[in-house]
Amino acid sequence: MISESVVDLSRFQFAMTALYHFIFVPLTLGLAFILAIMETTYVISGKEIYKDMTKFWGKLFGINFALGVTTGLTMEFQFGTNWAYYSHYVGDIFGAPLAIEGLMAFFLESTFIGLFFFGWDRLSKAQHLGVTWLVALGSNMSALWILVANGWMQNPVGAAFNFETMRMELVDFGALIFNPVAQVKFVHTVSSGYVTGAVFVLAISSYYMLKKRDLPFARRSFAIAAIFGLASTLSVILLGDESGYELGDVQKTKLAAIEAEWETHPAPAPFTLFGIPNQEEQRTDYAIKIPYVMGIIATRSLDKEVTGLKDLMVQHEVRIRNGMTAYAELEKLRAGDRSPALMASFKENQKDLGYGLLLKKYTANVVDASEEHIKAATKDTIPNVTALFFSFRAMVASGFLMLLLFILATYAVAKRNAENKPWLLRFALYGLPLPWIATQTGWYVAEGGRQPWTIGEVLPTHLSASSLSTGDIWGSIIALAAFYTVLLIIEMYLMIKFARLGPSSLHTGKYHFEKPNAQVEAEQDNTVLPEGVSGEAQS
Amino acid sequence: MIEYELLKIIWWVLVGVLLIGFALTDGFDMGSMAIMPFVGKNDNERRAAINTIAPHWDGNQVWFITAGGALFAAWPMVYATAFSGMYWALLLVLFALFLRPVGFDYRSKLENTKWRTSWDWGLAVGGAVPALVFGVAFGNMFLGVPFTLDETVRSTYTGSFFALLNPFAVICGLVSLSMLCAHGGAWLMLRTDGDLRARSAKATQMMGMLFLVCFLGAGAWLYFGGIEGYTLVQPFDTNGVANPLAKEVLTNGNHGWMNNYSTYPITMLAPVAGILGGIIVVLAAGKDKAGFSFLGSSLAVVGSILTAGFALFPFLMPSSLNPAISLTMWDAVSSKNTLTVMTVAACIFVPLILCYTTWCYYKMWGVITNKHVQDNSHSLY
Repeated sequence: MISESVVDLSRFQFAMTALYHFIFVPLTLGLAFILAIMETTYVISGKEIYKDMTKFWGKLFGINFALGVTTGLTMEFQFGTNWAYYSHYVGDIFGAPLAIEGLMAFFLESTFIGLFFFGWDRLSKAQHLGVTWLVALGSNMSALWILVANGWMQNPVGAAFNFETMRMELVDFGALIFNPVAQVKFVHTVSSGYVTGAVFVLAISSYYMLKKRDLPFARRSFAIAAIFGLASTLSVILLGDESGYELGDVQKTKLAAIEAEWETHPAPAPFTLFGIPNQEEQRTDYAIKIPYVMGIIATRSLDKEVTGLKDLMVQHEVRIRNGMTAYAELEKLRAGDRSPALMASFKENQKDLGYGLLLKKYTANVVDASEEHIKAATKDTIPNVTALFFSFRAMVASGFLMLLLFILATYAVAKRNAENKPWLLRFALYGLPLPWIATQTGWYVAEGGRQPWTIGEVLPTHLSASSLSTGDIWGSIIALAAFYTVLLIIEMYLMIKFARLGPSSLHTGKYHFEKPNAQVEAEQDNTVLPEGVSGEAQS
Repeated sequence: MIEYELLKIIWWVLVGVLLIGFALTDGFDMGSMAIMPFVGKNDNERRAAINTIAPHWDGNQVWFITAGGALFAAWPMVYATAFSGMYWALLLVLFALFLRPVGFDYRSKLENTKWRTSWDWGLAVGGAVPALVFGVAFGNMFLGVPFTLDETVRSTYTGSFFALLNPFAVICGLVSLSMLCAHGGAWLMLRTDGDLRARSAKATQMMGMLFLVCFLGAGAWLYFGGIEGYTLVQPFDTNGVANPLAKEVLTNGNHGWMNNYSTYPITMLAPVAGILGGIIVVLAAGKDKAGFSFLGSSLAVVGSILTAGFALFPFLMPSSLNPAISLTMWDAVSSKNTLTVMTVAACIFVPLILCYTTWCYYKMWGVITNKHVQDNSHSLY
């Protein structure tokens, strides 16, 4: 048995590095498309300012992209270094989309990104535009394959357990790709990336408008961000993840936990707007409920009910007991018994094998688990309700705030009066953290809500970790945290510096800080003039 | 439908192709950055060196990432056992790799000399450390890695990080480091001019010599040094399911890893190519022939990776604790379905990748001069 602390530390490290990686990824996804839109406008209209926009936002894209690549490496290493048994047990299925992601998407994105930055003088207008679109396409296809892999963790279709190799094996690749959970996740996640990119451009453009500088540049950037952002926000909300919550037991449990729904309600269930979930007592205190809403969101109907956590746990207990039978049969099969009766019976019971493995946390030998063990394992089958309940609400609240922002911004674009509405510009500027709050809490809802499983109903998290010592993992957590902190400080420094500098950083001679009176204005503005602006080399 | 046995062989070849692709492309990125602080004496020269790979390093790095992905998908047990076992070695590689994307993109964004010099050394570490560690890891495969598998196929590693740094493995590490430095030096000869090019030629020649000495030394150690080789006990069903717990393995005293070379003499071409490549590098770099140097270093890269692969075949990760559970390309492999799907994907995408990568190099080709760096100081790295 692996010690509890090894599992907890491994989980902490994974969560830390995945959340950190996910600071940069959504912005890459969104900005890539915004760059492609800007450059398309440039090629069609022939106006240089759109080229400058592509180049300037491209510069910020590059600063962000570098850390996206850096932190992505950790993710690839980590399945092997810290989740070795997971890699063995499901690598047959999980590895394939990752490898195909490399071949099909990551190569495309990464090969052409170099030409995006350095090919302006070497490629024709149309060629460069093609390159930019290929980068956007590559990054989105990358997301598709990653979410195919992740969707399979949530709802493991198209695979079966093989007792001879002691692992899950691929049966139907089509089912893996067209896994409905993966499909909704893909749309939801990439759209949230587009929103992130749009808020980023909107906020920084608003900053220029508030400072009354580079107005033609800021106005056009603002307009593209507003419209693109409105469409994307609607897509995130309308095609939200909720539609996937009917599929598979893990998703159902996650839904009930998000809603802190302990009892099964007659359809359609109410939505708990606020409350304090109490996991020990299995109830939600101070709940404020809105009738019907959750039933409609979750089941897209008025007559299907949403199963409550208590009922789900009753079902899980049955499956744990059956899982013990499956495990006993597996042991016989592994010992060489191939009698047809045993094979047939195992085939019947193996769907609950994962539930049996939940007991491994309490006893090495699943077969002789006590009633206490079974009770404890049953309690484990639901995730942390309080954390999910609040994360989900933080995500949704941020989402609706951003929707409001984009509606107002688009309206202002239509009326051509954004720069006369300082309150709107300030809303956009101070709203900059919103997409990150939404994506980080959204990640937690999706992955924290999957617990206690790494692979839903198949492989428990506590079995998945590598056999390492706590000292090893503490060491890597400290080293990673130190590295990541330093990198984040450097990244933020450069990002803020170049965002403040604005298109003047392109050295075209056309923009604010390159004009003779820039220094004086900067002082009046109380802006620190970024170093090297009036000096010579500055890339 | 292709036979399972054939699919296993195809994926042994394909992982090899990805590894070689990585070493040939990302290899010169790493090598050129490892020697950059030494051959580039001022900011402009260093920028010239960096900008020869500026448009390509990211694409090249994907060879490495995809090789890792293919390892995960095709040989999940090897990925799991090697990465968790050699935990600190892998983290060391990871931390070194961290310095590259940020180093390339951030270095020239500020004017500050200290900032730029720090990143130059960061890029050098990001090139040298992975090159060294990969060789050390390969060296340890020949010696056997101390891991066990329990009845549920969970692996446990009982060695330590420092045990990996034994003399034989360190020589193997020097083989890969010097090889990639020579390759990177030859690349700089192709793409730069003036003093930088002259110094790169010198570095290439030196690294070529070091490579020859270490490569021959490692070979001699393997032959005379009493390192045990492993052989699979026949009959063994190469078409069977992937279960690493169901075979017998013999360890056979001195120069055991040479068996494949005596059984299939054609495989001797690999070490011959490695040596020949090394000789070409040394001679061509001495005469300042950039094209031939690069050809020679490429030959050395292909030759030495194949040399290791052929010697170990069919073993991927031998266990020194219990040779019978050693991971081989026959039994540490993915299922037939997975291999089939991935073969189709590889057949479609690898040629496509080669096409558009070539187009990108074609578009960005040319010598990066000092003047070019000065003229484009705001848009280059």
